[in-house]
Amino acid sequence: MKWARLFGIGFLIVVTFACVFANFVAPSYAHQFRDEPEAAPSRQHLLGTDDLGRDRFARVLYGTRVSLLLAPAAALLSSLLAVLIGGTAGFLGGRVERAVMAATDLFLSLPWLFLLITVRALLPLNVSPITSVAITFALLGCLGWAAAARVICADARSLAHSDFILLARASGSSGLRLLWRQVVPNLQPIVFAQFWISIPVFILTEANLGVLGLGVAEPLPSWGSLLRELQSYSAITGQPWQFVPLILFVVVVSCFHLVLLEQESPA
Amino acid sequence: MSRNFVLRIFAVFVLGSALASPFATAQSNQQLRFCLHSDPKTFNPLLAEEDSSETIRYLTGGVLMRLNRLTQDLEPELATAWRVSDGGKTITFKLRGGLSFSDGTPFTADDVAYTIQQMMDPNLHSPTGDAFRSGDGKVQTRVFDAERLSVTFPAPIAGLDKLFDQVAIMSAKSPKKEGAVLGPYAVVDYKAGNYVLLEKNPNYWRHDSAGKQLPYIQTVRLDIQSNRDNEMLKLVHGEIDFINSLDAEYFDKLSQQNPSLVHDSGVSLDSEQMWFNQVPTSPLPDYKKAWFRSTAFRRAISEAINREDLARVAFRGHARPAVGPLSPANKFWFNTKLQPHPFDQKSSLSRLTQDGFHMQDGVLKDRDGHAVEFSLITNAGNKYRERMAAMIQQDLSGIGVKLNVVTLDFPSLIERITRSFDYEACLLGLINNDLDPNSSQMNVWLSSGENHQWNPNQKTPATPWEAEIDKLMHEQANSLDPRKRKAAFDRVQEIAWEQEPFIYLVNRNALAAVSPNARNVHPVVLRPQVYWNIDEISLGNEVAKNR
Repeated sequence: MKWARLFGIGFLIVVTFACVFANFVAPSYAHQFRDEPEAAPSRQHLLGTDDLGRDRFARVLYGTRVSLLLAPAAALLSSLLAVLIGGTAGFLGGRVERAVMAATDLFLSLPWLFLLITVRALLPLNVSPITSVAITFALLGCLGWAAAARVICADARSLAHSDFILLARASGSSGLRLLWRQVVPNLQPIVFAQFWISIPVFILTEANLGVLGLGVAEPLPSWGSLLRELQSYSAITGQPWQFVPLILFVVVVSCFHLVLLEQESPA
Repeated sequence: MSRNFVLRIFAVFVLGSALASPFATAQSNQQLRFCLHSDPKTFNPLLAEEDSSETIRYLTGGVLMRLNRLTQDLEPELATAWRVSDGGKTITFKLRGGLSFSDGTPFTADDVAYTIQQMMDPNLHSPTGDAFRSGDGKVQTRVFDAERLSVTFPAPIAGLDKLFDQVAIMSAKSPKKEGAVLGPYAVVDYKAGNYVLLEKNPNYWRHDSAGKQLPYIQTVRLDIQSNRDNEMLKLVHGEIDFINSLDAEYFDKLSQQNPSLVHDSGVSLDSEQMWFNQVPTSPLPDYKKAWFRSTAFRRAISEAINREDLARVAFRGHARPAVGPLSPANKFWFNTKLQPHPFDQKSSLSRLTQDGFHMQDGVLKDRDGHAVEFSLITNAGNKYRERMAAMIQQDLSGIGVKLNVVTLDFPSLIERITRSFDYEACLLGLINNDLDPNSSQMNVWLSSGENHQWNPNQKTPATPWEAEIDKLMHEQANSLDPRKRKAAFDRVQEIAWEQEPFIYLVNRNALAAVSPNARNVHPVVLRPQVYWNIDEISLGNEVAKNR
């Protein structure tokens, strides 16, 4: 399965490069060529234009850039929160662990999408699209720690009762030092796994928000806003090039999974 | 040999029947089919307020007068004559004699009196009755005989007779209650989430010129189908006979497949508009409140928006640049002297310069140096509004204005525009069903009105022009002379055009799709666009049979 991982990594690198250098390979993602709405692919517009005449190729590249750069950032934030909350609870154990896990269960039982919609609606209106997209992913990061925290808590609990921690305690190590020097480094594999799992989950959640029209603000594209175009069957029949964002989305998420599988298998 | 032959004949007969049955059944039963987009919430005509219930009311309810959707004139139905008197407080009806409800109960003036008392009962909370609530006090009904009665309201109501287009008469005596109807059809079956079946009213009073009782079609099946894609596929496959209201995309798609299916009846009464928050207590910085209160600023923003492009691109050409509160579809009340504001960014910049704004490095700034940037909220999921917002964003960037588009879920949006007033500009539409400004525009244009969106519920008018509009709206509401009323509302439209508290963007077209199987269908711009003459519509073979 090594080849699959290599393919996954290679594809993600190519896509990342294309997105980072989108300014050089595609026109503006926001300019509306109003005389050419829903145009078919041509030399000028490689993937045609959208309903407002905006270059679809540019929007796919910029949308991928937004989703690919911000989803890992949100995943990092949620993983850090999960380590902080789950790791500490598992390490301390007892009533603290029970209380924190009860709060985590409560958090997990909240309807995510409605919570996101509500929090999004409470935020200030007058923000630029870039800020809006950063807020969206920051929200995802802040709200997405609970499941990972549960897993990390269980791992931290078993570590806290392991022989080497007992030895460390016997050697006089305690408290934060024990947590920082002994527990956290040993949580790394599971934290990495949670990080990689979160990336496609956040991409999908942003896409869901985008499909509801509540994701990234106009004119900035994201995978969510690009996938919205596929909502109506009648809008896509006869225009197969509209499926490109969907195909790219599926392949990128699959590549993340391939990389993740290969990460998990040695453990 | 002969046995084989008989078997073959039998097989061919069975196969033929099986293949032909779905279509043949529909045709032989003379069944018209179309879709409702949700279950009707009520079959009580006095409580109807959403599309599905209103459709049932239109198809089953008998009314005293009906607004002809084609000519926009009021025509006699159950009442052969009527007279408005007492300064608009009283209306006297002469009813058609010898009629019966669908269950055979005779129709008399008592039924009209009963319906009006029911409708005005405050405990019923009838949405139909709201339009008739003119002042404190009781509505008096006086029955002279079986065919004559008068109704007196506590205060004058302008356009009183036209309001009766919405009032389906109910029986005072029938044990079937709202099941007994005077309209062309009666409800015979309803399966929630599936369909509503209507059958021809055997006692319907109308006859065609040849003396044949109307309606021509025996049954109407209303499939409950919320998915527009499925509705379109049903039409293409011949499973339904028409789609009453189409989106521009569906219209174009169907038009490519079969141009004879689709009808663009022209500009409708509906409008799309944006407005700035001018509420004095809103949590906006003072300099932004000053921008939004400035007529020059609003006019400049309006001139910087390319309405032709909005109609052509966002609505695929199935819309027209809007002029003001009313669309040209409202033949009598529309002020024909007014034209849409032209797209002219030079003029826009010149207005802004005169108002103290200036350009600096491609950014528009006010006299205190604040960059002009504001947010425009609209409801998430409405692709036309999202498209328009994106286009307005690009247009305004041409005059150095930065627009941030924010889509919100509908409850959050309503909360902001009606309670917290925590927004800067809003883009929404107005679905207009009534022609008379007294019923459709009063709550919008009176400064005390809830729907006076830019600054609602004012105790006293905030500006001289709002005070003038208040005066004119009261003037037209208290007058029974159509010319005086028209003159007053023409002036309201002029003030709205000059001040632009609402920046009217486009009026969308009324689009419909009709199967060639349905005959005598003339889609119009007023709701219900396709089946407004339901009793005269026939299906293909019915026409053939009549020939």
